[in-house]
Amino acid sequence: MLDDFLVRAALAGLGLALAAAPLGCFVSWRRMAYFGDATAHAAILGVALALALSLPVFAGTLAVALLMALLVGTLSERGLALDTVLGVLAHGALAVGLVAITFVPGARLDLSAYLFGDILAVTPADLAVIWGGGLAVSALMVWRWQALLTTTVSPDLAWASGLDPRREQRILTVALALTVAVAIKVVGVLLIGAMLLIPAAAARPFSRTPERMALLAAAIGAVSALAGLQMALWFDTPAGPSMVCVAAAIFAVSAAASALRG
Amino acid sequence: MRLIEAKGMTVALAGQVVLRDVDFHVDPGEIVTIVGPNGSGKSTLLRTLIGALRPEAGEIRRKPDLRLGYVPQKLQIDATLPLTVGRFLSLPRRIAAAQAQAALDEAGAGTLTDRPMADLSGGQFQRVLLARALLGRPDLLLLDEPTQGLDQPGSAAFYRQIEQIRARLGCAVVMVSHELHVVMSASDRVVCLNGHVCCQGHPETVAQAAEYRALFGTGTHGALALYRHEHSHSHDHDHSHDHTDHVH
Repeated sequence: MLDDFLVRAALAGLGLALAAAPLGCFVSWRRMAYFGDATAHAAILGVALALALSLPVFAGTLAVALLMALLVGTLSERGLALDTVLGVLAHGALAVGLVAITFVPGARLDLSAYLFGDILAVTPADLAVIWGGGLAVSALMVWRWQALLTTTVSPDLAWASGLDPRREQRILTVALALTVAVAIKVVGVLLIGAMLLIPAAAARPFSRTPERMALLAAAIGAVSALAGLQMALWFDTPAGPSMVCVAAAIFAVSAAASALRG
Repeated sequence: MRLIEAKGMTVALAGQVVLRDVDFHVDPGEIVTIVGPNGSGKSTLLRTLIGALRPEAGEIRRKPDLRLGYVPQKLQIDATLPLTVGRFLSLPRRIAAAQAQAALDEAGAGTLTDRPMADLSGGQFQRVLLARALLGRPDLLLLDEPTQGLDQPGSAAFYRQIEQIRARLGCAVVMVSHELHVVMSASDRVVCLNGHVCCQGHPETVAQAAEYRALFGTGTHGALALYRHEHSHSHDHDHSHDHTDHVH
């Protein structure tokens, strides 16, 4: 079954949706959209380093994404003007990565695969990485769900309940870096933020509890992945951006429906 | 044994010293009211006691396994986070529906279980926060300006409710008040804060100050009292507080 590149592509898309949904909810609730972008964009630098050092791309992206996420996390704890700093880091990291990758022989040809994903070229080994990472992120979210939610509602309430919000923030940081590393093959560094945020945003109007929002976001992410793949086959469009198009369309319908409902 | 005790505590926010050399303690079952002008470090003191802020100097000792119930002054929940009152009460420990209902009833918010947090009025929100704090069966209940936005009968009703809660749970209560001179009469101790502890002692009851009883009436059923500040020191201009309307 895994011999079929379409089956592998579909499984890769579903694996990403699984990891991105609960994490994307936290990105939305905690207003971490730029945080996600900065981490994802920095991953292109990780690709350049991995190729230059002949390391697995997954290891390179994970390491650089983790460093970036830690840097951003530290800066936010110091209370710097986050919006601006994150904007600088997100775009700066992307530019540095794009420049760095031109020094790696041959990588220039593959650049668009890293920017926009190359889901149709997913190998069984890639699939193992994507599902391994996706399950690890989901397990992390389930394990820390109550503590993460308390911290998100109010760090002070978390402290008073004997939790350490800084620890929960670090767990989100690790989960984000892992998600970036597994998503790069599927949607590329430029659209990882979209796969985190859009399904969660589309799920919001139809959710009364955080759990429902996370499950609905997973379903919307899965539908977007599969429908986007189908669209890519029918119209010969790039698969990653097609998935994001479907997700954006679902969001538009969801927003309109919620506006009509009043 | 004391529930919590801070000695020589200095706390800074963004490099600015807000509390300097503060000694503070709470004994089991006592009600302590903290008063002080704006910016005097009242909220900072509470946030340091719950562990959200780390003192630069001094030490805080807690009774082992001290259970805290904290009611913050305000709470901003992001609009993208769907949260009903019932779900909020199950954070961070999941609780049975009956238990949640009992806590809401106790806090006077019994009908709100299924309402989204975003739809609550200020007063309802405050009651839900109180219900959540009570769920942990706290040894120490910390309330940050819980009567803000309430009129005087509302404050009086709230204070009576706190007295009942203390009587039932046996917990100690630390309450921050924005009122300098009118405090809860059931306070065992009033601590006046202005970057440091200015003075502390028992509140005088309304009954002893006839002229103020005339002013505040008897509609509070004795829930409010006046506090006479006994300062033995003078203040710099930048954090003086107005002594002219003290009861002397």
